[in-house]
Amino acid sequence: MKQLSTKVTSNAHGQDSSYFLGWEEYEKNPYDEIKNPNGIIQMGLAENQLCFDLIETWLAKNPDAAGLKKDGQSIFKELALFQDYHGLPEFKKALAEFMEEIRGNRVTFDPRKIVLAAGSTSANETLMFCLAEPGEAFLLPTPYYPGFDRDLKWRTGAEIVPIHCSSSNGFQITESALQQAYQQAQKLDLNVKGILVTNPSNPLGTMLTRRELNLLVDFITSKNIHLISDEIYSGTVFGFEQFVSVMDVLKDKKLENTEVSKRVHVVYSLSKDLGLPGFRVGAIYSNDEMVVSAATKMSSFGLVSSQTQYLLSALLSDKKFTGTYLNENKKRLKIRQRQLVSGLEAAGVTCLKSNAGLFCWVDMRHLLDTNTFEAELELWKKIVYEVKLNISPGSSCHCTEPGWFRVCFANMSEETLDLAMKRLKEYVESTDSNRLISKSSHERIKSLRKRTVSNWVFRVSWTDRVPDER
Amino acid sequence: MGSLIKSGGVSGAILSRIATNDQHGENSEYFDGWKAYDKDPFHLSRNPHGIIQMGLAENQLCLDLIKDWIKENPKASVCTPEGVYQFSDIANFQDYHGLNEFRQAIANFMGKARGGRVTFDPERIVMSGGATGANETIMFCLADPGDVFLVPSPYYAAFDRDLRWRTGVEIVPVHCSSSNNFKLTVEAVEWAYKKAVQSNKNVKGLLFTNPSNPLGTILDKDTLKNLVRFVTRNNIHLVVDEIYAATVFAGENFASVAEVVKDLDSSEVNVDLIHIVYSLSKDMGLPGFRVGIVYSYNDSVVSCARKMSSFGLVSSQTQFMLASMLSDDSFVDNFLMESSKRLGIRHGVFTLGLKKADINCLISTAGLFVWMDLRHLLRVRNSFESEIELWHIIIDKVKLNVSPGSSFQCTEPGWFRVCFANMDDDTLHVALRRIQDFVSKNSNKTAEKASDNDQLIQSNNAKKQKWKQSNLRLSFRRLYEDGLSSPGIMSPHSPLLRT
Repeated sequence: MKQLSTKVTSNAHGQDSSYFLGWEEYEKNPYDEIKNPNGIIQMGLAENQLCFDLIETWLAKNPDAAGLKKDGQSIFKELALFQDYHGLPEFKKALAEFMEEIRGNRVTFDPRKIVLAAGSTSANETLMFCLAEPGEAFLLPTPYYPGFDRDLKWRTGAEIVPIHCSSSNGFQITESALQQAYQQAQKLDLNVKGILVTNPSNPLGTMLTRRELNLLVDFITSKNIHLISDEIYSGTVFGFEQFVSVMDVLKDKKLENTEVSKRVHVVYSLSKDLGLPGFRVGAIYSNDEMVVSAATKMSSFGLVSSQTQYLLSALLSDKKFTGTYLNENKKRLKIRQRQLVSGLEAAGVTCLKSNAGLFCWVDMRHLLDTNTFEAELELWKKIVYEVKLNISPGSSCHCTEPGWFRVCFANMSEETLDLAMKRLKEYVESTDSNRLISKSSHERIKSLRKRTVSNWVFRVSWTDRVPDER
Repeated sequence: MGSLIKSGGVSGAILSRIATNDQHGENSEYFDGWKAYDKDPFHLSRNPHGIIQMGLAENQLCLDLIKDWIKENPKASVCTPEGVYQFSDIANFQDYHGLNEFRQAIANFMGKARGGRVTFDPERIVMSGGATGANETIMFCLADPGDVFLVPSPYYAAFDRDLRWRTGVEIVPVHCSSSNNFKLTVEAVEWAYKKAVQSNKNVKGLLFTNPSNPLGTILDKDTLKNLVRFVTRNNIHLVVDEIYAATVFAGENFASVAEVVKDLDSSEVNVDLIHIVYSLSKDMGLPGFRVGIVYSYNDSVVSCARKMSSFGLVSSQTQFMLASMLSDDSFVDNFLMESSKRLGIRHGVFTLGLKKADINCLISTAGLFVWMDLRHLLRVRNSFESEIELWHIIIDKVKLNVSPGSSFQCTEPGWFRVCFANMDDDTLHVALRRIQDFVSKNSNKTAEKASDNDQLIQSNNAKKQKWKQSNLRLSFRRLYEDGLSSPGIMSPHSPLLRT
């Protein structure tokens, strides 16, 4: 309709992508243990459902916060009327301290540099509006969160130029990939305003190494551009290594309070660490006061509900709670991730070694008919419709290599995860035998030998591996 | 590129134009009143001489009813023992369709707020970050950068930000005047439309607030019908911001554009062009909860706005609570009736009090404010400079923060929007007494110095005018001179200290 804006008719919102189509299929036929045991299991949703009990227990012990009271007195009216875009001071203070705690209190966050937003969706879009003109570009390492196409580009008119990462080095960012992306942007006549990374990574589940972070900081220094670090998964690190934030690196390189530090911005949210995506709590942290000022005004378009701010300021100010929660969260995530990894292995499937996030980056290249994205989509359709698992194909994350899938593990019960793994195993085994039947006898023998050998090798290596080695 | 870098800003990487320009409108001098208030806020016992905030269109009159309901319905909160069993499901819920029960409840409330004369389809209800978010979103859906929306003036000051800042859309005002009580006419819209089109502007639609902010008036149904016919004829959109729908306290029923869509024949209205913006911030007095709604009769717009709602969803905690509250019919019915009643009383008390000070307001039957006529107090008639001077006197001497008409793009100097529903009865009376004292003090004081003042002013290049109320005007002249030379601190002998 010419009557409407170009935004309506374009599909820059990205929702025609397979990432969202899988969700739609799931909506039509959702798994339920009792009511729909043959339904599709949702493994495409990076939610953290493992620690609600901890929050519910806290609520039971803290009736004041639950009842919109302060020291026994109702503050309902004050909250109902509170729409100051600077946010509830107690909340920003508590949020700043929570962010510090997640980073082992190695760095400090000034509450005055925090801007609240309606989820990191809004935070990321707002930062784009502040940092880029329509037509200017941000570099993003691939694979990346599919929602970025909408959040960073749709209404802002900004462009994304990918930094291609490959499985050859575990999808790490290299200097040459960075340079290549930058040059590609220039070839396309796009002015690069910055780089955006998600750390820990979605969809990889890995943390950026110090080497990568140093590389990024050096790069933005030399090119005089911005760096946005979306650290939404910072509290989901369950491995032995600690999370290294870009703020750590600034501190270690003695770049705090320098001009470079003003171009480093952190995005955060409580949707993943605390598992509260419904409450729409996002934040921008910036050392640039003009960015803070502009973003604060823009937050008018997506403020956090005052009743939610109040509840969470009480929750996060309780240091006993936050300490316990962060530890327990890690523990449970680790156990669940292991369950997924073992289940995948039993089906002959490996994934990228990871120690964070709510998902694994799974390698199904060997299950592709051909090394193409068409084959990846074919495989994905089979997994959604036949295996009845909604997982996210790598192409929806702009991965340059076909065959990778993001599979979530923290949004379902143990039993459901077990069932999902069983289904996958059955499918892989039946595919293997189908493959054998459909090929010619010569190839059949050849591949049979190959497959049997590799299975045998795999099985041997798997049983040899010590369970907790990862 | 050429983006602006303000002094003191980053000398390296450049920020966007949006981040560095003034299009958010917040550097305007109109915020002086707020700043003054922030420095010296009135409190009945703790700061009785502070500035009373009358520039904030809040509805504080019925929060007790809501508070009581919440107390009596602990299950509506996911945090109470009675409701916590829902906590994980609700905390996890981020579907941009919103909770079904929430949409149903909002549709129900919207219908009741319009006297049940029209019903709303929950499937067309789209969430947004307050009406602020709703208005911006609808612009993103209907217009591209550079496109124009016609907006009758005087209009809500923040439209300059909400409709234009990040969207790049332009506002062309349709000026309304006191000659017909600022009523919006189809002729005025047609004229503005033609003029805009002739200057090669791409007009995408007409947007206005009804009931009006800042006027407090409602548009009669006939004019609304004719405007719907007008936009249909010209194939442009109509967005009606009905945020004050349930603040009608007197007179005729509020005619929502939804009613008109229902009444008109399909040949007269192209429903794909009709959109409503709504919110609970005014009708229910819950601005903190950020409940904005985009309601469109155009399926593509609903679909697009829904995707955009990701940028400003309503907290599921809030959705859950309101779903319960607003589907409680007996609560809603009582609330709407009480709210209307209390607003009516408050409006009556205030306007009567103003009359005692010989101050008239535009006749209004809705809203949380009055459109006050102070043209007779302007030092120089028809001068915006005088309006600003008068405004500063009201802030500094009368100690009230009110909003000058020019901040609403009003073309006639001397009008002020004054809010009355954001304070308790005692504070309102203090405000009225201050106004009355101020007016009477100055009409008594300088009678004998009248002629001297006259010459003084004339020799200072003031325009010659025929004064209707010479005493009053002379006293204000005196005040201007005081006001301009004094630092705005209350004199220890001021009669206002009696309050």
